[in-house]
Amino acid sequence: MMRRFVLIAIPYLWLLALFLVPFAIVFKIALSDAAIARPPYFPQFDWVEGIGAFLAELDFENFVWLTEDDLYWKAYLSSLRIAVISTFLTLLVGYPMAYGMVRAPEEWRPTLMMLVILPFWTSFLIRVYAWMGILSNEGLLNQFLIWTGLIDSPLTILNTNTAVYIGIVYTYLPFMILPIYSALERLDGSLIEAAEDLGCSRLQAFWLVTIPLSRAGIIAGCFLVFIPTLGEFVIPSLLGGSDTLMIGKVLWEEFFSNRDWPVASAVAVVLLLLLIVPIVLFQRNQQKQQEAEQ
Amino acid sequence: MTIPVFEPWNDPEAKPLIQFQNVTKRFGEFTAIDDLTLGIYEREFFALLGPSGCGKTTMMRMLAGFETPTDGKIYLSGQDIAPVPPNKRLVNMMFQSYALFPHLSIWDNIAFGLKRENKPKHDIEERVQEMLRLTRLEKFARRKPHQISGGQRQRVALARSLAKAPKLLLLDEPLGALDKKLRQDTQFELMDIQEKTGTTFVIVTHDQEEAMTVASRVAVMDNGKLVQVATPDRIYENPNSVYVADFIGDVNIIEGTAKPTGPDQYDIAWKEGAEPLNVKSQNSFSDGQTCHLAIRPEKVTISADKPADADNAVQGRVLDIAYLGNISTYHVELPTGAVIKAQTANTRRIARRAFNWEDPVWLSWTATAGVLLAE
Repeated sequence: MMRRFVLIAIPYLWLLALFLVPFAIVFKIALSDAAIARPPYFPQFDWVEGIGAFLAELDFENFVWLTEDDLYWKAYLSSLRIAVISTFLTLLVGYPMAYGMVRAPEEWRPTLMMLVILPFWTSFLIRVYAWMGILSNEGLLNQFLIWTGLIDSPLTILNTNTAVYIGIVYTYLPFMILPIYSALERLDGSLIEAAEDLGCSRLQAFWLVTIPLSRAGIIAGCFLVFIPTLGEFVIPSLLGGSDTLMIGKVLWEEFFSNRDWPVASAVAVVLLLLLIVPIVLFQRNQQKQQEAEQ
Repeated sequence: MTIPVFEPWNDPEAKPLIQFQNVTKRFGEFTAIDDLTLGIYEREFFALLGPSGCGKTTMMRMLAGFETPTDGKIYLSGQDIAPVPPNKRLVNMMFQSYALFPHLSIWDNIAFGLKRENKPKHDIEERVQEMLRLTRLEKFARRKPHQISGGQRQRVALARSLAKAPKLLLLDEPLGALDKKLRQDTQFELMDIQEKTGTTFVIVTHDQEEAMTVASRVAVMDNGKLVQVATPDRIYENPNSVYVADFIGDVNIIEGTAKPTGPDQYDIAWKEGAEPLNVKSQNSFSDGQTCHLAIRPEKVTISADKPADADNAVQGRVLDIAYLGNISTYHVELPTGAVIKAQTANTRRIARRAFNWEDPVWLSWTATAGVLLAE
């Protein structure tokens, strides 16, 4: 009994110390006011004045401010749009790759799987920098296109939303491929044959059997891409331009350029609340899938 | 009134529904089907029987359209089916694993094929209802495949493959996943349904009892070739080779040399020291030719005393008894060391069993009890 309690307590303590407590601190800062001080916000807790006076100083002013300045909701909306579009693009690229991997001869599969995971061996930051080298005006892509004669003058890709999409699709592709691959691998080949036997063309069988039966993998992959993309900061700041508006970037600017910790904290809290919705949906999908397998 | 016997294979006028003409199928170096010619008639319940890897499943998959013959032609109602893709064939298959769509209800599973034909909704509903009634699944229409039992799943698979009223239904080890009792019931159900719908059934199985029970004709296969194609009783009583005799049921194989003694009469010299056996055979053998006498255990009589005027009688002692409840199989060792199996019905209670281990006994059989085979 004691041992079980300890086993359960460890992850909960971990979550408490590294998630709940920091979140409480951030939330408290979000309710404070900016101040030219160190740390740059007010009020600070003071033993002399007591907890009552301290709580009286807190208010939701910063959250109200987020609704008043249209920069913020535009940034949230733009992040949402970029996340949705890039999730869709990743699905479009990832599904055929996962499908191809499953259809490949058995002895190739471990190698193909290795190739999907291989990019993780290099730092994420370095890989995004590499894309800057590829996409810039004098970059490899433009050099190649000019060499083949397809274009005369270099295309401007770097510092546009296109570059952001390329970066996101590239970075998060493995998170899309792996769950879809595992769903497709479990698919019984005789189901496809049965569908064809009952009068389906190849395409109909794919649409009526393969897609519905890999749905759980598709949903899992989409959430695994969508959730981190929504708050993505590195890719839009390195590959995106001045018109790429993403909430991660806004957060960074509030924090480091404006040194407005309370507003930055409020932005972070709202972002977290926005993310809870897809996370809960994702959990429910996983749970439903597990129930279906039993 | 006499019911006409169903045996189109004996009618020279009858045209087979399916015709394999010198069909060969190779997978790389491996020959799965070797120059095979066969005709299957309409309304037949045809069984392909053989050990795993004999090519029976390959034949079925060629009929369904999942494989194409390397050589030769397959005709369905006189039409070469090689260029017809699986979804355009009037052939449906019931898969060994059933292959029910797990994301669809029983109703939708059965309707799946019908919906592909773009039939009016009303017709589809009627047909599905008919299939549900035929397979006694009305109560389960709204359930998903994982919510019903194995036997019910088997019936869904059957209903789904019959829904489109195919000319030919292929059944790949349809009862393999069921337990023995359920399997026996289902065999009779299958025969009933086959009779009611009048569809031609081709069943693949490795279970000889199942093949004998359901089929109008059985094809015994080995290494991509047909060894014998005949009715179940002919396969059992008149196997054309030691392979078939051995594959179907229990059998004693006695090897010896033939010596003709009269019309269709032979003396078989076997294991030194023993008297020659007296055998009648339609198959002719020359003097001194090696032959095999295949004799079923139930056709060997076991007795305590030497039976008078038996065609063949040998003495031995009981080595082993396999008690199966209704029958017992006695393994009797002859003085030469050969073991012969004899089977008797247990008409008396076991406490009053006439023979026990180590008892000296006599085995006897008539001259026509066995079949004399060259190989």
